[in-house]
Amino acid sequence: MGEKRFMKGNEAIAEAAVRGGCRFFAGYPITPQNEIPEYLSWRLPEVGGVYVQGESEISSVNMVYGASAMGTRAMTSSSGPGISLKAEGISYLAAAMLPALVVNISRGGPGLGSIQPAQSDYLQATKALGHGGFHCMVFAPNSAQEAVDTVYEAWEYAERDRNPVLVLMDGCLGNIMEEVELPPMKEVIPEEAPEWSLSRRNGRDYQGNITPIYTEPILEGLNAMAGEMYKAWEEDDVKVEEFMVDDAEYVVVAYGIASRVSKEAVLKLREEGYKVGLIRPITLFPFPKKSIHDLDYSRVKGIIDVEMTIPAQMRDDIELQVLERCPVYEYGRSGGCLLDDDGVYEAIKDIVAGGEA
Amino acid sequence: MAEYKRASLLADSPSGYCPGCLHGLATKLIAEVIDDLGQADNSLNVISVGCSALNLLYWSGDNLSVAHGRAPAAATGIKRTNPERLVFAYQGDGDLAAIGLAEIMSAANRGENFTVIFANNQTYGMTGGQMAPTTLIGQKTTTSIYGRDPQTTGYPMKMCELISTLEAPVFVARYALNSPKGVNDARKGIKKAFELQLAGKGFTFIELLTNCPTNWKMSPMQTLEYMNTNTIPYFKPGIYKDKEADVK
Amino acid sequence: MIEINASLCKNCGYCIKFCPRQILEIGNVRNRRGHFYPHLTDADKCTSCAICASMCPEGAIELPPKGADSHG
Repeated sequence: MGEKRFMKGNEAIAEAAVRGGCRFFAGYPITPQNEIPEYLSWRLPEVGGVYVQGESEISSVNMVYGASAMGTRAMTSSSGPGISLKAEGISYLAAAMLPALVVNISRGGPGLGSIQPAQSDYLQATKALGHGGFHCMVFAPNSAQEAVDTVYEAWEYAERDRNPVLVLMDGCLGNIMEEVELPPMKEVIPEEAPEWSLSRRNGRDYQGNITPIYTEPILEGLNAMAGEMYKAWEEDDVKVEEFMVDDAEYVVVAYGIASRVSKEAVLKLREEGYKVGLIRPITLFPFPKKSIHDLDYSRVKGIIDVEMTIPAQMRDDIELQVLERCPVYEYGRSGGCLLDDDGVYEAIKDIVAGGEA
Repeated sequence: MAEYKRASLLADSPSGYCPGCLHGLATKLIAEVIDDLGQADNSLNVISVGCSALNLLYWSGDNLSVAHGRAPAAATGIKRTNPERLVFAYQGDGDLAAIGLAEIMSAANRGENFTVIFANNQTYGMTGGQMAPTTLIGQKTTTSIYGRDPQTTGYPMKMCELISTLEAPVFVARYALNSPKGVNDARKGIKKAFELQLAGKGFTFIELLTNCPTNWKMSPMQTLEYMNTNTIPYFKPGIYKDKEADVK
Repeated sequence: MIEINASLCKNCGYCIKFCPRQILEIGNVRNRRGHFYPHLTDADKCTSCAICASMCPEGAIELPPKGADSHG
């Protein structure tokens, strides 16, 4: 069985990355994700990996681009303002079809915003991580354990798709300490560097070419292929938790830290006899459309979008599935002000008991 | 000379460069040195943005094409994970001395064990001849139509001089490709840089003074003369740092 | 003696300028890309110094090893 440890979310991510085969990390200090580079700065060399502190987030993501091109499992992490700087590199990773893991431990925004936790990067993560109209799979774990399991498998998705993967958590989840069960170390074999990579350790004896620039018809073809890939994700890779939804008259939709606070509120309201449920997107892209679309709207009276950001950013994705069959409400805190049990409970109860917003 | 063969890393077709463009000569020189060292299969060309990206269709070794100015960062990721490879980045002056200034200075300062070859033609060639950080005072471009004015745009950046102030780099040198002697010296310089890299000595930087007949609006022959009278007096060729020589 | 690969030539004129013997001149036939290309005016005077080859931006001039079959 796995090894149990009591770890900070950020450190758990870092250890899970190493065990998932990550052998290259480059990053730049920014709160609230600093424990990831700090941990990897000593941990990666222990397993023959490489840690580089870049001169900027831009440089760091481009170091990852270089390492990934060699077939090395590579990652970078940051928080909102730094992810904006990495946007260029993430777009180039997608264009060059290079796998990588990018972790965003998000904070209040826009701008320098605040260093306190917030879920203010949903739109950036799911709609436009960079220029050019591409997507990454976006995972939003809501516990240290789920973060471990997600990061451990991140490169399986990234290498399958030859596309970067984003893990989006907020500063709360990155910094709370929880018990985690760590999976075993995956073996890293240089002789098995992917065939598409520029590595020669795998015996390749012909020219390798990796590029983010193409002639027009080839680029159009690649755009179309990416479109097919995004559709396939919707079929195969959606992850969602549905909690007490079967008879629910009001359904809360919340991810990450907001889902944990919301679940407490749902349980309390159930005790009081209110038929409330929770849908928790675990993948934000692909979004769990069916879970919301296929609800029985003859029973469901309202959807409540709870996010730790104002205004709610997931609302458009929800409304596209609700299709005006019931009202969509939102509740949130923002700017680094945290959601708390009482606030979420009362906000949901107001909607459920009051019957309207 | 006993033999002069077309380098194995050049495609059989002509380069994408304009007639008389010294990017072509620079690319050819690098390819020839790599053949001399028997490193064709082991070399990896980090291709930057600008006219240098034309090498994507011309260079028949391993290529990684990267974002504007980020070649030293990408090369860091490559070389740190695959130290056995001969890694070089080929960057122009806009790429290296403007948008990529942080990347080049930081990679040099870390003493990354790869080679950066810097083609300095004092203009943004691919985008149509705008002013570059290396454009000479008085030199006319599409964004300095009366000539570069230092009052508002500062002075041409001397990258060899800047980089040689850092502790880590082991070999920093500038060559002009407008004469047989300059080309011959450059060949020796590139070879030395690659040999130092293969010996694991650290960061090496080669600046090549080149031209841009198209955007300088001159014939190829006129550009060579312009380099003699204008470029070379400001960007003085020479070895700016040679740590290994100091050791001996 | 040098060999000129006409199809690679872009007629920059560097080989002509730097030939120490001044025995290269531009011809009046165009290659497939529309460029005139040079030829030797007096092959016997070529010393195989390869300066023309060295200065050619396109790598269009080669100097085959001695004894290799050349123009005959």
